[in-house]
Amino acid sequence: MVPRYAILAGGESRSFPPGDPFLAAGVEPENAEVLVLLGGAPYRPDPAKAAILIELGTECLGVHTGEAAGEEGSNVLGFARWRNGDDPPSKLVELVRQPRTHETALAAARAVLEAAGLTVAVCADQAGRIVDRLLRPKLNAALRFLDEGLASAKDMDLTCRLGLGYPEGPIERVERGGLAHHYDVTRALFEVYGTAAYAPARRAVVAAQRRDRTRR
Amino acid sequence: MNDQTAIRTVGVCGAGGTMGSGIAIVAARAGFRTICFDTRPEALERAFQDTVAFFNKSVERGKMSREARDAALGAMSRTGELGALAECDLVIEAVFEDLAVKQALFRELDAICSPLAILASNTSTLSITEIAAASKRPERVVGMHFCLPAQLMKLIEISPGLLTSEETFRKVWAWAETAGQIPVKTQDKPGFILNALLVPFNNDAIRLVEAKVAEPADIDLAIKSALGYKMGPLELIDLVGLDTQLRLCEAFYPITLDPRAAAPPLLRRMVAAGLLGRKSGQGFYRYEGRAMFGSA
Ligand SMILES: NC(=O)c1ccc[n+]([C@@H]2O[C@H](COP(=O)([O-])OP(=O)(O)OC[C@H]3O[C@@H](n4cnc5c(N)ncnc54)[C@H](O)[C@@H]3O)[C@@H](O)[C@H]2O)c1
Repeated sequence: MVPRYAILAGGESRSFPPGDPFLAAGVEPENAEVLVLLGGAPYRPDPAKAAILIELGTECLGVHTGEAAGEEGSNVLGFARWRNGDDPPSKLVELVRQPRTHETALAAARAVLEAAGLTVAVCADQAGRIVDRLLRPKLNAALRFLDEGLASAKDMDLTCRLGLGYPEGPIERVERGGLAHHYDVTRALFEVYGTAAYAPARRAVVAAQRRDRTRR
Repeated sequence: MNDQTAIRTVGVCGAGGTMGSGIAIVAARAGFRTICFDTRPEALERAFQDTVAFFNKSVERGKMSREARDAALGAMSRTGELGALAECDLVIEAVFEDLAVKQALFRELDAICSPLAILASNTSTLSITEIAAASKRPERVVGMHFCLPAQLMKLIEISPGLLTSEETFRKVWAWAETAGQIPVKTQDKPGFILNALLVPFNNDAIRLVEAKVAEPADIDLAIKSALGYKMGPLELIDLVGLDTQLRLCEAFYPITLDPRAAAPPLLRRMVAAGLLGRKSGQGFYRYEGRAMFGSA
């Protein structure tokens, strides 16, 4: 049986934007086995629930739960639906666990998300989780190649579509999601890992600086 | 075309191999006289049988007429003598991936072929400029990197070396288009475009497994679902072979010193343990026959 869930909404959610059917199917918190905290809704421990899911941005789950030298873990999980900038969210939910996360909480969380038609990939509480951790350095490399004249943007994208069967190439993907968005994601990764691979590429820095200039 | 320097006859070196046999199909299918050369006659013979079977399948599938098949097969010849390549306007080599072997071949071709002939290399990891340095015509040497399987994949990465002339580049570009391929232009740098993006990406996926961020099946699922790739990186590494991934790292990292291109320690350990992917029955997944375990 799929556990009933309640939505606790803070600000707007990147995983479940207004109108998403997942929002409408929630029940009252007192009738729910699972709590889903969206858009920065404040987290309070509730061991009576089967699972508490906290929507994450670029931060780790530990920011909300605290950490305990590798022994952290409870009925709380983090999650985020992967999304390229302002594109509609993908079907993928990265479900974030800690070392001592209760297996029953993981199963309940998975059941709720899969019942909503989403694809669940479980990962550790690391910056960038799976997709951004793998994708962002590649997009950075493609942006650097563009600056260094390795090939044109068009030829890089064509190579990835024809040679690797990707639905879109790195430059078109990063531009569609927004270079400033790429900057925000990579800056958060770089803060944690500190290696050149995650440092925002020049074109992303430029886009972010232009964004901030127009905001002022 | 009645241009004196037009490409009419194409030589393929290493035509008994995986890539060479596919490249020969591309050339012959497009109507070029195609001379297939390999040092191993039995490999050349096997490749020819495979080519006949491939063309027959194309006819069966309605992708090719009988006449076109017969014309393509009629355009192909096989030889164990390098001298037979003397009349070629374009020679594409797909011999072993070894600088000394390729340089020796180019030195010989230099002596045999017309001074106007263009020599192209299908190398994946070596520098076009370094290969060209062995010939006396570096302005007529160019990189033409086909994708596996060449007879089906349209992409060719075309790379001028430092001394490649504009004319040479234009001619092979036009040849590629005439042959129904889709060329892209890239600098002569390790991995060109495709492998320069792919090899470090695959390494990053291996490092995620090693760092216990997620199980291989979760990593592949996430990448396919979020990005719409047909295969996840770990499935792909299992398919091409972990030993191949390691060889690519060993070729690129010493030149680029890009830490993402360095072989992850887990990759080395798995190769040492004989966990090479599909071909050995186990890599990041276990295989029995063609079925895949652990990927659900
Ligand atoms: N396999 C791939 O996925 C792939 C993709 C793109 C490019 N490449 C490149 O293509 C080339 C060939 O790779 P492959 O996988 O087809 O190898 P392969 O081992 O299947 O074929 C090589 C062939 O070259 C022949 N050969 C070796 N030395 C020769 C010589 N001096 N003269 C004539 N023939 C000779 C061999 O007998 C063999 O038949 C390499 O440079 C490789 O990097 C491979």
